[in-house]
Amino acid sequence: MDTILEMKNITKTFPGVKALDDVSLKVERGEIHALCGENGAGKSTLMKVLSGVYPHGTYEGDILYDGGVQEFKDIRDSEERGIIIIHQELALVPLLSIAENIFLGNEISENGVINWPATFARTGELLSKVGLKENPATLVTNIGVGKQQLVEIAKALSKKVKLLILDEPTASLQENDSQKLLDLLLEFKAQGITSILISHKLNEINRVADRITVIRDGKAISTLDARGGNITEDHIVKDMVGRDMAHRYPERTPSIGSGKLMEVRNWSATHPLHPERKVVDNVSIDVAAGEVVGIAGLMGAGRTELAMSIFGQSYGTDISGEILINGTPVDVSTVEKAIASGLAYVTEDRKEMGLILEESITTNITLANLPGVSENGVLNDGAERSVAEEYREKINIRTPNVAQKVMNLSGGNQQKVVLSKWLFAAPEVLILDEPTRGIDVGAKYEIYTIINQLAADGKGVIMISSEMPELLGMCDRIYVMNEGEIKGQLAAKDASQEAIMRMILKG
Amino acid sequence: MTDTETKSIGYYLRTHIREYGMVVALVAILAFFQVLTDGIMLKPVNLTNLFLQNSYIIIMAVGMLLVIVGGNIDLSVGSVVGFIGALAAVMIVNWDLPTVLVVPVCLIAGAIIGAAQGYWVAYWRIPSFIVTLAGMLVFKGLTLALLGGASVGPFPDSFQAMSSGFIPDFFGGLIEGRFNVFSMTLGVVLAALLPILGLRSRAKQEKFAAVEEPMAVFVIKHAVAGIAILFVTYLLSTYRGLPNILVIMAVLIAIFTFITNSTTLGRRIYALGGNEKAAKLSGINTKRLTFFTFANMGMLAALAGLVFAARLNTATPKAGLAFELDVIAAVFIGGASMSGGVGKVIGAVVGALIMGVMNNGMSIIGVGIDWQQVIKGLVLLAAVILDVYNKNKA
Repeated sequence: MDTILEMKNITKTFPGVKALDDVSLKVERGEIHALCGENGAGKSTLMKVLSGVYPHGTYEGDILYDGGVQEFKDIRDSEERGIIIIHQELALVPLLSIAENIFLGNEISENGVINWPATFARTGELLSKVGLKENPATLVTNIGVGKQQLVEIAKALSKKVKLLILDEPTASLQENDSQKLLDLLLEFKAQGITSILISHKLNEINRVADRITVIRDGKAISTLDARGGNITEDHIVKDMVGRDMAHRYPERTPSIGSGKLMEVRNWSATHPLHPERKVVDNVSIDVAAGEVVGIAGLMGAGRTELAMSIFGQSYGTDISGEILINGTPVDVSTVEKAIASGLAYVTEDRKEMGLILEESITTNITLANLPGVSENGVLNDGAERSVAEEYREKINIRTPNVAQKVMNLSGGNQQKVVLSKWLFAAPEVLILDEPTRGIDVGAKYEIYTIINQLAADGKGVIMISSEMPELLGMCDRIYVMNEGEIKGQLAAKDASQEAIMRMILKG
Repeated sequence: MTDTETKSIGYYLRTHIREYGMVVALVAILAFFQVLTDGIMLKPVNLTNLFLQNSYIIIMAVGMLLVIVGGNIDLSVGSVVGFIGALAAVMIVNWDLPTVLVVPVCLIAGAIIGAAQGYWVAYWRIPSFIVTLAGMLVFKGLTLALLGGASVGPFPDSFQAMSSGFIPDFFGGLIEGRFNVFSMTLGVVLAALLPILGLRSRAKQEKFAAVEEPMAVFVIKHAVAGIAILFVTYLLSTYRGLPNILVIMAVLIAIFTFITNSTTLGRRIYALGGNEKAAKLSGINTKRLTFFTFANMGMLAALAGLVFAARLNTATPKAGLAFELDVIAAVFIGGASMSGGVGKVIGAVVGALIMGVMNNGMSIIGVGIDWQQVIKGLVLLAAVILDVYNKNKA
């Protein structure tokens, strides 16, 4: 068998982060090659380098494809050579028809006039190839996610695909839709189309993949041959997670209070747009004073939705359940009330939902507790600045001036501003959603230190993270969540990445 | 002055270039027309006219600033001006109601109009562009209906005084000739008061942390403002004194500057416009705030409507036509951001004055209304381009 694609020694750096470090990948013609790794390991980045999202020149290393070195300038460039990528978030226009979506930017036309009969006929052919029985004129918004995924694939086929890349194609699909999609991949293989499949679901990978490359921390760890059927899930998991954990987390001696500081009972919430989808399903968790509790799970497990629905019903509809603080039920139906009850929520997306980028550090820090720096609604400038200075010193926000706009700060320092905001609101329980996402190792350590300090001060900390080592390094107890449900919990001493992965995958 | 001090002044000016740039532009435009009009521009009578002509735009620009900072827009204000003018005319002229009753009733009516529109924007999340476009049509129509298609007037003196009256000279006759001593005294007091208040707030800040604004900038800023106030009040005093409307405007500007700079209410409006999701997740009632900005805008539009009707001494079906465009232009020239979260009351006022000075100056030198529109349009575009350019460079 010959090699269709060889990526040689690819290195890609973002400011402060090495996303890919000397990664090599070899894909043979006609195989299904799986890419495995934790969230943030670098799989998607590698595929973006390949497809020209990160153009030639922004990375180091070579791409050999179809017999020559390629220097893709953009996605169009790679698509012309038959490399089609289907992203995790679908790129379809909901209010256009299936046919219009499939030929978007690639219309069957003459002098700019679309040939509709040919478009519909060709769409019909493509849809039958992917096994989708829908009218080509149906609007994409009116078909389910699984079918939308098939439309994306039909779109790829319309472009004479040679190498099909699927980024977590089954993440949002139901079981039977997933099976259909995997069957389709096998069918393509029989037709000679090469596929790269990025997936978390090891059972799926084992079912269809010929070879598996595992990526961890931006490095290619191993390439396993799965054709003999002798690769176990354990083997893959071990390659995915096995890393040196010494000294990445600050020392801490937990002093956990007796009794429950906060208790969540039978909490449920449904998707705001799809009332039939229960995103949080009968969840009960608790945290004690001085305790750091983790919630592990894959993307889409419902962790953020759980946190946000608790915090002032900021997500979801049809929310039910009970929150108790120190044994007393509290009203958390609005963010204002949730804050007053002693809750704080640090969002996973600090730029979109946590910060006002155009405003100063000072303004951002005092935002959740303006009464603390004002009298009768009149702000005290001086008090505000002294608060900002206090937190700059206490948690080491690196800036020449607290009047600096937060958009000019690094990710780590921005995160410290968000944390300062919530510390100033003086909560009892902090829910931290991906508190170290997108920040470098040094700043991570500082954030960990702050979290430990919070616990030492007797606060309850709930930490949501997709980085399992982080949860293992920081938490006293870890809940494992999948598909909206708590699948179980592990005490620190029993927890391991393998154990967590197994709990997720078994569900 | 030490080296680090100079550096920090440079840093401060660089980061606040927009605020000072606008004032410099206004002064430059004034000087330009002063030369081109052979000194007519700053003649006391013209200066008085300038304030009278632009008062209603400035009054509305202050309210529009809050709406735009909150991330919305209000296209209905021109029609509301016409409608409230008509309402006042009907109540005063046709029904013979007293001014002291009509003015508060009209202001409340304006607030209700604003609230009614704000309700759909805030609680139903209907885009403000649509809601207020509808409002614009509705109130334009209601104005016509109310007036029966004809002008209604004239108003009694008590009503006219609001826009064409002057502060009486309580020290009258102290100086021979036509010099309003009381107005001048007010100017002197204000010019002295501003730096004193400024120093007090600096002292208060210093108790907590070093003051951000360098002393040199503070001194120059207050010196320029003081001289401008003294100069303008002197000129006005040699004519008929301070117009009533100028005092009303000054009070409004002071109140809204205070609200935006120094109150939690103002801070929350900026947060809402800067990042609505973050504001919401910080426990801020974003809906109520949006509602408030519209109700407030409605009330100020009503005030502007009263002032405008009083100035024309009649309510006409065409009153307020296209005012919303001048008001919105003033706010954007004054440095507000289309996406919300950015903008200053003083900026909006300066923006309105720049438009007003250009109108006035171009009329004096005989530029036709056709080219005036073209030039004003280009100035608006240039101001916003400059903004975007500065932002990209920073």
